[in-house]
Amino acid sequence: MNWSDSDKSVGAYALRLGDDALVLAQRTGEWIAAAPELEEDVALGNIALDLLGQARSLLSYAGETDGSGRSEDDLAYLRDEREFVNAQLVELPNGGFAVTMARLLVFAAYQYELYDRLRESRDETLAAVAAKAVKEVAYHRDHATQWVRRLGDGTDESRRRMQAGLDTVWPYVFELVESDDLVRDLAGAGLAVDPAELQGPVMGYVSGVIDEATLVVPQTSVRHTGGRRGIHTEHMGYLVAEMQHLARSHPGATW
Amino acid sequence: MTHSAGSDLSAEGGHGAVPTTGVPATSGRPVRGWPLWEVFVRPRRGLSHGHVGSLHAPDAQMALRNARDLYSRRQEGVSIWVVPAGQISASSPDEKDTFFDPAGDKVYRHPTFYDVPEGVEHL
Repeated sequence: MNWSDSDKSVGAYALRLGDDALVLAQRTGEWIAAAPELEEDVALGNIALDLLGQARSLLSYAGETDGSGRSEDDLAYLRDEREFVNAQLVELPNGGFAVTMARLLVFAAYQYELYDRLRESRDETLAAVAAKAVKEVAYHRDHATQWVRRLGDGTDESRRRMQAGLDTVWPYVFELVESDDLVRDLAGAGLAVDPAELQGPVMGYVSGVIDEATLVVPQTSVRHTGGRRGIHTEHMGYLVAEMQHLARSHPGATW
Repeated sequence: MTHSAGSDLSAEGGHGAVPTTGVPATSGRPVRGWPLWEVFVRPRRGLSHGHVGSLHAPDAQMALRNARDLYSRRQEGVSIWVVPAGQISASSPDEKDTFFDPAGDKVYRHPTFYDVPEGVEHL
């Protein structure tokens, strides 16, 4: 079979979206049995599983369209750190609960605007994945919104921690809405969404929540980037090692 | 941490709101920081909300969301109510005899003394 450049580009795009979802699913899963309350344990577990479901669809499609014939498992478990193209935001350590909620607020707001538009993609598979996922991420966004409001407008200590959480993730949020030739070309062809188009709506939503929470939008000129090119933070290698350990130690293991 | 005002109910044992009045407290401190909520789910249109369990949450909005995660993840329902457990007046186990035993020997309260004509459906 011949794979057109367009197919390969769609595959590369699906890989970015899939890696974002996969890596945040892995991170979020770390909260299971460690969340502040049992109920929150279940909520975060549900969110992680939603993200994992999105990752599976997107990675499977990436493997089909990029011409490599790799399965979702090949892509999740047999790539090295530098081959992952997720944004750095999702690989950051969970930190405290407020850091996790700050990240979820920004990331779910981004995913919501992205999937909402990707439903109109001319690529039927991407459109179908987006149509299903947009309802899931609307809930993730709501969950984070509820907590940011309560912690921000709570006690002095919860407010301090929530603001610190926002400050921690802020240098990483702009990478989500960066454009490059790949996404611009695909967006021009009606296949993908140009992330630059999302900056207004995402920041509009997030800053609205921050206002309601009586917090302040962090002011920083520091903007970390590079994830889409495989450049990651020092935390990524540990995450990949833990995620892949079983699959690499016991190739082909099933249960 | 928010404490439930006048919380005299417990979810110990997973049976929902159970009065603890008269039960000696082992400690003055609450076991959990969040108040208890009772959850009612309507399985589908046309049926009533039924009690499915209880949970802890800091307020009503979070209780609804926690209920969604805990009690509707397998499509169990189309509507959820949450009620502060402290707002439920529950019959006491001490009153079991006077409340329920008298109904035990009143078989005439069951509609079992009628002959149902053949061919009648939906009865």
